[in-house]
Amino acid sequence: MSQEQILSSDGIPLEKSLKIAERKNKIKAVLLVAPLFFFILIVYVFPIGDMLFRSVDDRMITKMLPKTFNAMEDWDGKDLPEEKVYKGLYDDLTHLKKNKIHGKIIARLNYEKSGFSSLIKKTVRKLKKFEDGNYKEQFIKVHKRWGQNEYLVALKNTSPNWSYAKYLKGMDRKFDQDRNIIQVEEDRRIHKILWMRTLNVAFWVTIFCFVLAYPISHLLATLPMKYSNLLMICVLLPFWTSLLVRTSSWMVLLQQQGPINDLIVWIGLATDENRPELMYNVIGTFVAMTQILLPFMVLPLYSVMKTISPSLMRAGKSLGGSPFTSFIKIYFPLTVPGIGAGSLLVFILAIGYYITPALVGGASGSLISNTIAYHMKSSLDWAFASALGTMLLVGVLTIYWIYNKLVGIDNIKLG
Amino acid sequence: MALPTHTPLNYRIWHYTYLTLCGLVFFFLIAPLFVILPLSFNAEQYIHFSAKMLALDPEGFSLRWYEDMIYGTKNPWGLATKNSLIIAFFATIGSTILGTVAALGLSSRHMPYKAAFMALLISPMIVPLIISGTAIFFFMAKVGLAATHTGIVLSHIILGTPFVVITVTATLTGFDHSVTRAAASLGSNPVNTFMKITLPLIMPGVISGALFAFVTSFDEVVVVLFLAGLENTTIPIQMWVGLREQLSPTIMAVATCLIVMSTLILVSAELLRRRSERLRGINR
Repeated sequence: MSQEQILSSDGIPLEKSLKIAERKNKIKAVLLVAPLFFFILIVYVFPIGDMLFRSVDDRMITKMLPKTFNAMEDWDGKDLPEEKVYKGLYDDLTHLKKNKIHGKIIARLNYEKSGFSSLIKKTVRKLKKFEDGNYKEQFIKVHKRWGQNEYLVALKNTSPNWSYAKYLKGMDRKFDQDRNIIQVEEDRRIHKILWMRTLNVAFWVTIFCFVLAYPISHLLATLPMKYSNLLMICVLLPFWTSLLVRTSSWMVLLQQQGPINDLIVWIGLATDENRPELMYNVIGTFVAMTQILLPFMVLPLYSVMKTISPSLMRAGKSLGGSPFTSFIKIYFPLTVPGIGAGSLLVFILAIGYYITPALVGGASGSLISNTIAYHMKSSLDWAFASALGTMLLVGVLTIYWIYNKLVGIDNIKLG
Repeated sequence: MALPTHTPLNYRIWHYTYLTLCGLVFFFLIAPLFVILPLSFNAEQYIHFSAKMLALDPEGFSLRWYEDMIYGTKNPWGLATKNSLIIAFFATIGSTILGTVAALGLSSRHMPYKAAFMALLISPMIVPLIISGTAIFFFMAKVGLAATHTGIVLSHIILGTPFVVITVTATLTGFDHSVTRAAASLGSNPVNTFMKITLPLIMPGVISGALFAFVTSFDEVVVVLFLAGLENTTIPIQMWVGLREQLSPTIMAVATCLIVMSTLILVSAELLRRRSERLRGINR
């Protein structure tokens, strides 16, 4: 502390008094953010955490077969387990049967190894005939699979509380019986196709949006205000219009008897009998998504192009550059931040698109989001839906992080 | 965009090609919306342009699908509209209040970890809706709010706040903080200063954020698909259900009403933006 301290009016050193004031302001700012922060934390961030948790949670079966797994702990898996394992299994199954909840473990075990379904069902049916003692023999008598080591190894493999098997399934991989990770059978490798298709659609939609948005953003940025405001409506009206309305207009346009097909027939590209399928496939997904996401590319490009002074291009020309050279060397590099912002935004939105592919995509045009929805609503494999969701989330958050580094999230502009 | 008379021919060709291409892109953007309008007045039951319509024969047009939308016995649009409006109303109020207050804190230069907080608060806009829907569904089911209006309103508040935060923060970037200090030095307490000075100045940003929040909630379908029961059906849900079955002219009528609504919202948003720029003295 220096000798000549400046004091504020109430005798406190100025430095200290300033610090107190700053701290007060800091607390005030934090308190203002706090309500929304906690709201998002409780109703949004925690639930997403819970989803992550569900994707690896495998405790259901552990809870239902506690004695079996307890007895299996020191079993090495090489030969058939000892009597106490079968005794544990008998106790657990009796308990489950009494409470009528054995159906739950059947699905889980059958997923681990097919053949468990009939095995458990038959065993549960015959439980009442069991006598005390020598359970191992009795189990094998009920069903010979209880004497096959592979089934008991598979049973033991389900004992850990946590499992990343759902993630493996999302990548078309699984555990074999020795816990090695292998690819699933050729005809069941559907998720790789889905991921690739999702990435492909997102990538090409981004490219199409860029190609279409660049010239019109340039036009909007260079036209006099009174014209550009009018044309801007063409960009903003779709932006503000309901997604379902826009999707339904594409369904009208692309249907087999729709205007676009009429045009194709009229031009003579196809005959009236075999009109091309424009909808319920990947073409429909591409066209509709490109149009729907186009404003998200135009707006950032426009706001960047608006700041580029026209005198720069004139300077380029006066120094002898052809319009083309001036464009490539001067104008284009200046628009790169806008291209980055728009492309990342469109890509992020496209990769998680659900409604449009579900309505115009059909089976061959459906994306990963549609699969998540299917497992949430139809197959009810919530753990798998959570695992796919988490994988998608990681991808999106990575791009979001890049976006934040490159563009800065506070630079997002709306309308 | 008239070209100077001495422009060489190849530039001239290039220029007009460029304008034509731009015209086509604008057409691609806007035309699909206008396909719906005439079809909603179709006198026939099919979704295509009948010969009578193309000949502009008055008999080819009718208002029967609008009648069906409003008075149709089996049509759920009445309940759906009521639900949509109630949900969007409360979601808008919630998002606007929470978002505006948070934006005030985020714009303060004393706010620590500003970027991190901003990234977190904006994230519901970035995370795919299917993931938000899944996660929120698990949560709402756990706390017993699935298939209730409250649950849907809460989730729509989450989805709407990022827009409010963004628009209000944008308005606050040009904000002259000396006016609030002046108010304070004249003896006004913080709440009074906010109500009388800050709020009127940032009002355009707040309202445009509220418009975004309203549209987000009114148009949201993915999360509601997970959360809604039969009682909570909304307009987007009914459209979704209808579109999955088959295209019906009644849906075209509903879509037309929604287009009219979005046009009105666009006009008000645009007017607000201009007013805000004028208030902040930004000249373009």
